[in-house]
Amino acid sequence: MPENPAGALLQVADLVVDLPGGKSDLRVVDGVSFDVPAGTTVGLIGESGSGKTMTALAIIGLLPGGAATGGQVVWRGEDLLHAGPTRRRRVRGHEISMIFQDPLAALNPTQRIGRQVGEILRRDGVPRGEAGRRVVELLDRAGVPDPVRRAREYPHQFSGGMRQRAMIALALAGRPSLLLADEPTTALDVTVQARILRLLRSIQERDGLAMLLVSHDLRVVAHVAGQVVVMYAGRVAERGPARQVLDRPAHPYTRALVRSVPAVRTRTALAHPLPGAPATPANRPAGCPFHPRCPLARERCRLEVPAIREVGPDRWSACHFAEEVLP
Amino acid sequence: MTRMIMRRLLIGVFVMWGAASLIFVIVRAAPGDPASVLLGPDASREQVARLNASLGLDRPLLVQYVGYLGDVVRLDFGESHRLARPAMGAVFERLPATLELTLAATALAVIVGLTLGLVAGGRPDGIVDRVVSATTVALQSFPTFWVGIMLILLFALGLRLLPSAGVGTPAHMVLPAVTLSLPFTAIVARLTRSSVVEAMREPYVTTARSKGLTETQVLLGHALRNSLIPVVTIVGLQMGALMGGAVIVENVFAWPGLGSLIVDAVANRDYAVVQAATLLIAGVVMVLNLVADLLYTRLDPRIRMDGGS
Repeated sequence: MPENPAGALLQVADLVVDLPGGKSDLRVVDGVSFDVPAGTTVGLIGESGSGKTMTALAIIGLLPGGAATGGQVVWRGEDLLHAGPTRRRRVRGHEISMIFQDPLAALNPTQRIGRQVGEILRRDGVPRGEAGRRVVELLDRAGVPDPVRRAREYPHQFSGGMRQRAMIALALAGRPSLLLADEPTTALDVTVQARILRLLRSIQERDGLAMLLVSHDLRVVAHVAGQVVVMYAGRVAERGPARQVLDRPAHPYTRALVRSVPAVRTRTALAHPLPGAPATPANRPAGCPFHPRCPLARERCRLEVPAIREVGPDRWSACHFAEEVLP
Repeated sequence: MTRMIMRRLLIGVFVMWGAASLIFVIVRAAPGDPASVLLGPDASREQVARLNASLGLDRPLLVQYVGYLGDVVRLDFGESHRLARPAMGAVFERLPATLELTLAATALAVIVGLTLGLVAGGRPDGIVDRVVSATTVALQSFPTFWVGIMLILLFALGLRLLPSAGVGTPAHMVLPAVTLSLPFTAIVARLTRSSVVEAMREPYVTTARSKGLTETQVLLGHALRNSLIPVVTIVGLQMGALMGGAVIVENVFAWPGLGSLIVDAVANRDYAVVQAATLLIAGVVMVLNLVADLLYTRLDPRIRMDGGS
């Protein structure tokens, strides 16, 4: 449960997302809880299929058709999961906005960049000239050089990094208080990744924006996030302050993740890849979903689903034996 | 862009040559000859042979063919012996009526088809979608002449709302244009629907939704233009088929266009008119296809840039 309800901008509490599957519904997000305080960055880490993207889509209300939700997404004290469709729509873009993994696919190929960035302004009744000036300003702030000219170009005339910058400008146009960034650098070259991350961090700091950074990449999250939430098979495995969680994981899954990345903690060239395949919502093992891959697994892990509990100051883990993991 | 047009025009020359050759063979392969039709069943063999010779039809086919192609290149499309006037003149006289009908049918098909497709595709498996899907399948399977007759029975003879045949007032155009447009409307509606459904699944539509747009704004502002590209292509191609359909519809409704002229010409073995009309239709279809291609380069900036170098 969120520990400080008054302070958080966004509180996700016991969030459940069911997607219609073949025979029965698939529970892709199962009882996820975390807070995003105003002006902070929270990293949401997990492998593909861990439910991290679905969590973000549930927050902004863009889950695919047929998805059912449970729990609460409390935004400034208002539960969005139970808000009407008009209210949900008004929150999008103006209070919560989102950037996506593949900026080429996420931008409309038939519209000029400027029009796409400024659309939300125009819909809000900002006159054409004023909207045009704001678009140039937004592109400039997102680090698009020569913004006056580039606003008149189409997405296919932009490089990958520039497209993501345009996407960021688009997401900021409605002056949101929370930015959901779903794998914002995954589709980009490594050198460009660092620049985009730096841009996101500087925008976040300057505007006092809150950010939920969804990524499978520990390095990306370590770079920008203050708090992290580690997800596995639709559930939260661990959450806490980013540095502490990455330095002293309180869950065997986080520990394995950290060890699987060569450059983050260890200086050896060889990383330790995670054994086994990640559990998916379709074949989630009984008990702790991580137990088939866990070196500490014993009888209790196979039988009993571990509840998330506080294992240290602001450290939360869903491992029966978190104390053994913590060094 | 200019290079693309030049290339298309060059291909067009070959297409016209193919069309000219094909129709040349087909009219001559059909049983009967102009002289015996003109002279009637009582004419003697010598009379028929003499007339055919004076029309140049006794020469070897290859000689006729070369002569014909030479004439076409010099834009001489021959004389209609039956109408005693240049064949292309007779064809041109009928062209406006057919164009009028075809354009009216196209406009109807595009307006109605696009609207139905958009509404159906915007809410797949909704009530509108299911009704549209069922109706369009039915419309595509009915033969045009039958639909024409049914419409005459209902609106002209039954309800006495509209004239059944002929020209004059705009009301005269309603039944033939609707008849001609129905299968076309069905095609446009189905294609628009599937291409809207596809576009609505694109990530940029999710982006549009993330801006807080309403579903209608997303549909019209983002999905529509991207789904128009295949629709424009099919409209260009179908307008050719529509001119073919016009031949039948014009005969059902006694509409004085190219269609009824062609049918008369075929019945009377009026080779020059059949050939001239066919070439003209082929030319119009070619131009329409080119226009469709140019139009979708306007719709999709990516194509514009690739071809523009």
